[in-house]
Amino acid sequence: MKYGVNELGYYGDFGGAYIPEMLYPNIEELRQQYLKITAEPEFIAEFDQLLKDYVGRPSPLYLAKRFSERYGANIFFKREDLNHTGSHKINNAIGQILLAQRLGKKRIIAETGAGQHGVATATVCALMGIECVVYMGEVDMERQAPNVARMKMLGATVVPAISGSKTLKDATNEAMRDWINNPVDTHYIIGSVVGPYPYPEMVARFQSIISLEAKKQLLEQTGKDLPEYVIACVGGGSNAMGMFYHFLDDEDVKLIAVEAAGKGVDSGHSAATSVLGCEGILHGSRTILMQTNDGQVIEPYSISAGLDYPGIGPQHAHLHKIKRAQYVSITDDEALQAGLLCSQLEGIIPAIETAHALAHLERMKFNPGDNVIICISGRGDKDLTTYINYFGF
Amino acid sequence: MFTDHRFIKIGFADEQKLDIITKEGMINEPPIITMNRLNKLFAQDKKDLLSIYFTAGYPTLNSTIDIAEALEKAGADFLEIGFPYSDPLADGPTIQNSSQVALENGMNLNILFEQLAELRTKVTIPVILMGYANPMVQYGVERFCKKAAEVGVDGVIVPDLPMYEYEKLYSKYFIDNNLSNIILVTPQTSEERIRKIDELSNCFIYLLSSSTITGKSLQLCDVVDTYFKRIKDMALKNQTIVGFGISNRANYKKACEYNSGAIVGSAFVKYLGANKDYLAGIDDFIKEFKG
Repeated sequence: MKYGVNELGYYGDFGGAYIPEMLYPNIEELRQQYLKITAEPEFIAEFDQLLKDYVGRPSPLYLAKRFSERYGANIFFKREDLNHTGSHKINNAIGQILLAQRLGKKRIIAETGAGQHGVATATVCALMGIECVVYMGEVDMERQAPNVARMKMLGATVVPAISGSKTLKDATNEAMRDWINNPVDTHYIIGSVVGPYPYPEMVARFQSIISLEAKKQLLEQTGKDLPEYVIACVGGGSNAMGMFYHFLDDEDVKLIAVEAAGKGVDSGHSAATSVLGCEGILHGSRTILMQTNDGQVIEPYSISAGLDYPGIGPQHAHLHKIKRAQYVSITDDEALQAGLLCSQLEGIIPAIETAHALAHLERMKFNPGDNVIICISGRGDKDLTTYINYFGF
Repeated sequence: MFTDHRFIKIGFADEQKLDIITKEGMINEPPIITMNRLNKLFAQDKKDLLSIYFTAGYPTLNSTIDIAEALEKAGADFLEIGFPYSDPLADGPTIQNSSQVALENGMNLNILFEQLAELRTKVTIPVILMGYANPMVQYGVERFCKKAAEVGVDGVIVPDLPMYEYEKLYSKYFIDNNLSNIILVTPQTSEERIRKIDELSNCFIYLLSSSTITGKSLQLCDVVDTYFKRIKDMALKNQTIVGFGISNRANYKKACEYNSGAIVGSAFVKYLGANKDYLAGIDDFIKEFKG
């Protein structure tokens, strides 16, 4: 693949594995094993079976009629919100738990922002009967309380991350520290296309089912397998990478990644990494991150816990740098309005993360007949309190 | 279902290929142009070396020099000074907290280099800088190495800088500036990898007492003996110093049994945080270990 990873774990200038020596054996084991294991017919059969019967795949590609009328194009929703546990995160969690089992791991750790990845991980751990510890920023535990309860009900231990900004980046730090302390029996299920190589590549592959299905479904529905536009929201960027994956080499397909501008890109309260960030090292990979001139990581802000992250995955950094994908940003207000619009025009309450991608439609000019696929990465149940507080329902 | 295209096989650099790349690189035998203070210290083959780690700018912005002076007077053999980072992955709560306080105090690399220049007029023992890759990369690695050498730094420890990237991208700056890069080894590090680390090092190898973040006390047990003995039996060209988990005389002595010495970090940072008149007690703190 033209935009894929090279043999040293780099996407152009980005990627690699910037990890302390304590994590080297774990990362090396994964690097050597994951392609071998995920290529085994028995692995593929179990993965496919679970995605079909447990997750409910394929997720529908739905032509959103009223949205299409509003924006003057064929707007297709790729319905990852209909997956078991309510978001795309389950695709990766299933893949990694099967991998962890085959690596003989007895304990799973994960980080989570909005709680969707934590819930997905707690779910697959319950399914497989494996101990599960989820690190979550203390601030996120408050704003995503229903997901905290859900994880506990699924039998997971939720540990608050109380360092730094007490959000996703700090939860990731804590999970990595746990892994350093428990290198032998524990597998770390990273939830996004971030972290040291091979994580960004592995997570992208598990999520690539999204675009694999979408391509086939679009062909069935329209007679064309390539849309004009593909749009997805980006925090670390896993749903976007899954949604872009099988369109990357189709250069005519315009890829749009939507970041969280928070209160505005210039407000000092933002998570728009591609605008505010520069090259550096975060959570084990060389990428673009928000940082001071002294190389200290800046605490980001977004109303959406899932997008409240100061970096993007290294492959996104590469796609941004070489301009294969366009990176844009949407404010809290725009996202919440789009969430309301989607609820009332399509009867779908989207996650606030997803609402950022939807909001970008307002800024687009389409030609009649354009096919647009937008990834509905998650459902909005977890965000009801935020919506209610904002709109005063 | 859709099984065809997801797991496209891609080529990996296997160990052999990496080795070839290594051999094409310049550093199988790092040339030591002149000996830095660390090289000189280790050339004396001393036993029971004691190094102390502390975070620059903690507990106050300007405490760095006073603490270094007091440590030298008290008998520390060399110093490890941390440059703070917002996201210190390999550190436990004690050093994390000291980094956060130091950043809040306004510490940054520019200020630290100024302090180190002054420190060198008062302190003669070797100084190692320890910190994470991002602040160094942001400062510019070449500029960082040049400046560090200029202000009298002898070695650098960057726990999250991978060996491959060090070798290919940055080692020339370390060598040009006569700085020792000190690399970590854990109980899980393979013999082959330890050999390679030994080749890349020109001073000492930093032996982690166990695979852990900082601030957890080393348990004295057979496993530790076996591990230390295994490394000793490898007869490496570099000496070894044990760090992480050295918090009292007993585990310091255990580390010294098999190695050239040990580094005390979290225990000292904790001491600094807990004592208002920390300078006065530094003598006793060192005595606790050295006797």
